[in-house]
Amino acid sequence: MTVEEVKLQAAKANGGHGAKDQFPIGMRVLAVDDDPTCLKLLEKLLQHCQYHVTTTGQAATALKLLREKKDQFDLVISDVHMPDMDGFKLLELVGLEMDLPVIMLSANGETQTVMKGITHGACDYLLKPVRIEQLRTIWQHVVRRRSCDARNNGNDNDDSSKKLQVASAEGDNGGGNRNKRTSRRVRDDNGDDGDDSDENSNENGDSSTQKKPRVVWSVELHRKFVASVNQLGIDKAVPKKILDLMNVENITRENVASHLQKYRLYLKRLSVDASRQANLTAAFGGRNPAYVNMGLDAFRQYNAYGRYRPVPTTNHSQPNNLLARMNSPAFGMHGLLPSQPLQIGHTQNNLSTSLGNVGGVNNGNLIRGAHMPLQDTSKCFPTGPSGPFNSFVGESPQFPDLGRCNTTWSTAVSSSNVQELGQKDRIVNGPKLEPLSSFTEASSQIPLLGNEMQSQVASLASNGLPMPFTQEAVPFAYGSSTNSREMLNNNLALSNSGINSSLPNLHIDGSVFERNIDGSVVTRQTLDGSNSGGGGVPPLQDGRIDHQAVNSHLNYNNELMGTSRLQRGLSGGLDDIVVDMFKLDHADNGVPFIDGDWELV
Amino acid sequence: MSAANQLAALIANMFATGLLDDQFQQLQMLQDPSAPNFVSEVVTLFCHDGERIIGELAKLLDKPTVDFDRVDAFVHQLKGSSASVGALKVKNTCIQFREFCQQKSKDGCLKTLETVRINFYELRGKFQTMLQLERQVNGFPPNN
Repeated sequence: MTVEEVKLQAAKANGGHGAKDQFPIGMRVLAVDDDPTCLKLLEKLLQHCQYHVTTTGQAATALKLLREKKDQFDLVISDVHMPDMDGFKLLELVGLEMDLPVIMLSANGETQTVMKGITHGACDYLLKPVRIEQLRTIWQHVVRRRSCDARNNGNDNDDSSKKLQVASAEGDNGGGNRNKRTSRRVRDDNGDDGDDSDENSNENGDSSTQKKPRVVWSVELHRKFVASVNQLGIDKAVPKKILDLMNVENITRENVASHLQKYRLYLKRLSVDASRQANLTAAFGGRNPAYVNMGLDAFRQYNAYGRYRPVPTTNHSQPNNLLARMNSPAFGMHGLLPSQPLQIGHTQNNLSTSLGNVGGVNNGNLIRGAHMPLQDTSKCFPTGPSGPFNSFVGESPQFPDLGRCNTTWSTAVSSSNVQELGQKDRIVNGPKLEPLSSFTEASSQIPLLGNEMQSQVASLASNGLPMPFTQEAVPFAYGSSTNSREMLNNNLALSNSGINSSLPNLHIDGSVFERNIDGSVVTRQTLDGSNSGGGGVPPLQDGRIDHQAVNSHLNYNNELMGTSRLQRGLSGGLDDIVVDMFKLDHADNGVPFIDGDWELV
Repeated sequence: MSAANQLAALIANMFATGLLDDQFQQLQMLQDPSAPNFVSEVVTLFCHDGERIIGELAKLLDKPTVDFDRVDAFVHQLKGSSASVGALKVKNTCIQFREFCQQKSKDGCLKTLETVRINFYELRGKFQTMLQLERQVNGFPPNN
């Protein structure tokens, strides 16, 4: 039917929506159904609603039409069961490529099928026979999609905060409240916490928040991204092509590039559950500097301040603080640290801060803090490439739901970074540069959403755990070196804390060492006053780590630790780390990986 | 009785006997001067498509090993189209049919296929009469 005919019909139809403005009159709908009877009926119904209808009986034709005339349709209605292509598949593709709202149509009203439609991104799910009343209001999906997209792409703190809170709300109950609190804190605590905008802008390559709208990798956006990548093939997925395929406004190639980097790391991390060591090794090689720096800095911070406290970072105070806090928790998580690469660069301050903070936490707190998260995390992080990532994404794009974060992380961590956890413990004794690097690697392997992670970390930090020791804290570690650094810092922080905590109650190891991310229990080492090999290494009076003690402890840890390099790095390497840290303390020399831009807070 | 009256009586009878439900009325309401043949077009489509599906079902169920998934897919389609035109009886039979598919009961499916066939052809016959009457009402000579 031509538009004129449609209008004619509109004039005749007792259209309830007289339409003050033209929309939704003339809304362009593409109807896809292999059943000619239903298709004809649908066409007529839509025409009666004064929409402009195009019909096709084949999904392939529909896709072709959509691709050729990208801007010529506002809405797609598609049957679920079609011979040439599954309706859900079409739904996904349309959502991915064209970002159009898709309504599913089916005679099958089973809950599972409807659920599938919704989870695949359908705006609505209608049952046949379709009544005209149902079709009269489908234009709402177009409007909603438009405003949603605008919100997604033109970020501001409020939006992201809102999203985070929403995400938090969607998260586990346990974490929900915390998340809300966290996100609120993060949002309000501008002085200390990382400013998401800042972080995002950093991620986007901007140094100021005002310049570019922050790109929030929402669930939907990320899903599109993943679909694009899968379509291109992970090996061939280049940012430019992904960007084109995603066809989303307000994101740049750089956004996609950084996100792709994280995603790759995430995939890598997921794929090496069994071969964590290998990954760590690789990571170590690649990320030592970052990690080392972070760790050392953290250590330095710790020593210097003897306490973990949020330190207002100089230029990156917000992110730093956030990161610092996040880092601490991340310690266990390894790469869980949220990572915006840029932020990580700025994280130095954070790390220092974190370490300071960590150090500040008394043994009791530290241990407790460390302990609890570990436990939580052990079950959190989902495994599987798509799992954690997806779950993460789904959980909280911006501010992580702490509960969820934990969940996500622990599982992930446990699955892929079992050793890391062990490392964490070890690190308490004195992180080693080497392990940290691998640690970093591990963390970097944890995918993610930089912004999200930060948020999550922030959330975690604001959870109130003195030391977010838990894996929860680190939502996703980006593969960037900054992540490494964060991890390292965290590790250092943790170790510092552990070491520096007062001897008697320094049972960090109890918490630290007790559980690996996967929940396996490691031998308890009490970091108490005794410098026994089995125990922790009590800090020296001045808060320094007793190298000897640490070393011995590390050695002990080494034995406990598996053969993973990371472990070795952490435990065995703790010696080195300690040495390095000490070196660092004494003089900024010798630390090969220190990039020199660490600042002591 | 005039063609118009006959048509009305026929349709009333179809409603009364449960062959049609109010979805058919929706179809009728959609017909307007700009689409004067809407109902007949839809009905014709349904009759053709339904016959095709039933043929496919018979073929599938004739095999020694029945692919119940494919059977189910066809039944599902028939259910959708019958629901869309308001073919109540056929639709309900399809619902039964699907249950047998879920149970992977060949006997059940065959039995229900027969019922569907009977119901469908009954409906189709009446639809054909209806279309003829409609043509007459619109001033066309009846087709024979």
